[in-house]
Amino acid sequence: MSDYNFAYLDEETKRMIRRAILKGVAIPGYQVPFASREMPMPYGWGTGGVQVTAACLTPEDVLKVIDQGADDTTNAVSIRKFFQRTAGVEVTEATAEASLIQTRHRIPEAALTEGQIVVFQVPIPEPLRFLEPRETETRKMHELEEYGLMHVKLYEDIARHGQIATAYAYPVKVEGRYVMDPSPIPKFDNPKMDGSPALMLFGAGREQRIYALPPYTKVVSLDFEDHPFVASKADHDCDLCGASDTYLDEVIVDDQGGRMFVCSDTDHCRCRREAGHVGRLGVAA
Amino acid sequence: MYVAVKGGERAIDNAHAWLAEERRGDPAVPELGVAQIREQLALSVNRVMAEGSLYDPDLAALAIKQARGDLIEAVFLIRAYRTTLPRFGASRPVDTAAMDCLRRVSATFKDVPGGQVLGPTFDYTHRLLDFKLMAEGKAPVAPGEPVEPAHVPHVTGFLNRDGLIEQEPVSDEAPGDLTREPLELPANRALRLQSLARGDEGFVLGMAYSTQRGYARNHAFVGELRIGTCCVSMEIPELSFAVEIGEVELTECETVNQFKGSKTEPPQFTRGYGLTFAQNERKAISMALVDRALRWRELGEDNSGAAAQDEEFVLMHSDNIQATGFLEHIKLPHYVDFQSELELVRKIRAEAMKANEEAADV
Repeated sequence: MSDYNFAYLDEETKRMIRRAILKGVAIPGYQVPFASREMPMPYGWGTGGVQVTAACLTPEDVLKVIDQGADDTTNAVSIRKFFQRTAGVEVTEATAEASLIQTRHRIPEAALTEGQIVVFQVPIPEPLRFLEPRETETRKMHELEEYGLMHVKLYEDIARHGQIATAYAYPVKVEGRYVMDPSPIPKFDNPKMDGSPALMLFGAGREQRIYALPPYTKVVSLDFEDHPFVASKADHDCDLCGASDTYLDEVIVDDQGGRMFVCSDTDHCRCRREAGHVGRLGVAA
Repeated sequence: MYVAVKGGERAIDNAHAWLAEERRGDPAVPELGVAQIREQLALSVNRVMAEGSLYDPDLAALAIKQARGDLIEAVFLIRAYRTTLPRFGASRPVDTAAMDCLRRVSATFKDVPGGQVLGPTFDYTHRLLDFKLMAEGKAPVAPGEPVEPAHVPHVTGFLNRDGLIEQEPVSDEAPGDLTREPLELPANRALRLQSLARGDEGFVLGMAYSTQRGYARNHAFVGELRIGTCCVSMEIPELSFAVEIGEVELTECETVNQFKGSKTEPPQFTRGYGLTFAQNERKAISMALVDRALRWRELGEDNSGAAAQDEEFVLMHSDNIQATGFLEHIKLPHYVDFQSELELVRKIRAEAMKANEEAADV
């Protein structure tokens, strides 16, 4: 254990963050400004998520940290270690065992349950940012529910490419009011947010914003009647566990461009293999 | 069988061990002491204190040592440490007119009360490599004699007396605190200055330089540049009077800028202001130029569309800790989002190529 307060942040700061979280929960999809602190890891590396996690953690929590769906990627390891060191909480790789899951770029494949909290790391919380760079303007657009620009962008995509050319960080509308950036998760994960029994919290440290989806919130991916939203993935099965319904990473395995597809959710893939599922290149457990 | 990205934990530990070894360099060369950095790399220490927003030369020197001389990394270490410190209260405003100056120059008057004092400056050195420094020698001693601390009034005060320079409205309103409240725009001048004071020296310099080259040009004279120590005092609630708790070295720059007058204001000079911890001249002057450029609205000037006039652009991009973190985060794995892009591009390509083939068949 170190000399730092439980979960690093001082209690006053945690209280300030909790107030922002509560406001976010009260107004689903609304970006609440908060006085983000400098953390001992760089901005852009999950400081927003880390602060939200720090404000939510209790000594009884069981923490899971994933990056790109995997528990063992470098930054997930680094963040998990940070909380082991500063909060001394129990950690796990099993989605079902975790009470708090901090994630970057994925939502776990296993169904989430009531009482769980998922904390997303958010780089750019503003879904309108790349249509309008000014914060002063985009805040006004949210206030007035002026989302025409976003629909024009999606329409132009269809006119140009025959489909909506957004594959990740695909914008959603929350409870029929706020357009929200779901963080850079692949659009495959978007349906998992709709009516989720888990509390979903989004933290953007550098941009100083927190927003939330309380359990059982209606979350709709933006689309058009004649171009409905499709949660797409690579058209393969997992080569290790054979799953046909999971998000896959493509891995180049030799100099000739040979490739294999594996579940991005490493815990889910492991559980399936332990349960006896074997994919094209897998070996029986 | 492919074992995807296993071993992250061991890789991190080993990378840190390697970094520690590299930091020390060749063990045959004596190790650099923190005191040596503090005394002999003082301008690096000053920059780290200014952008780290923490006045502590020893900690800044330690940060520079730990960061292998990477000053932005050192600023980061200081900032991360600073956030953990409890706040006992706020000091009273520092009185820079009472500064014990070691350097004070005015470019607008040949001589001024308190005099022109060059102080320890690179200004008129010839930038020739001094190979003698490669050999260890005796510590140089500058000739000098003790002087009584002089009364050094602010130069812009003289212009003020004649009404030739804008009056600065006096306010006892407590300024906002960027580190405790999220920055909301538009910001007032106090917040803008706070942001510039901890902004990246290179960024602020570039912005200031752009105003000199015509992007929101507003010709600036250095009315005064002063460097020296100021007392810091604090009101102790239990005592109900202010007590001196220490002193800090500061650099203050006041520019005198042209102003033709507007609908509401008669022609007069206007001000830009820069203040930083320790000797940091380039930063203080840059800050004053950018401050002046950002004041176009309150002075009733036109917005020429220049970057330096754009408060949101300047304030949102001046912090090097935010910038470097976000810039460098693209080194992190992004294969999930990349995979989704890959599939999208493949799909769009396939459709486009099919359409081309069909067109060719016709």
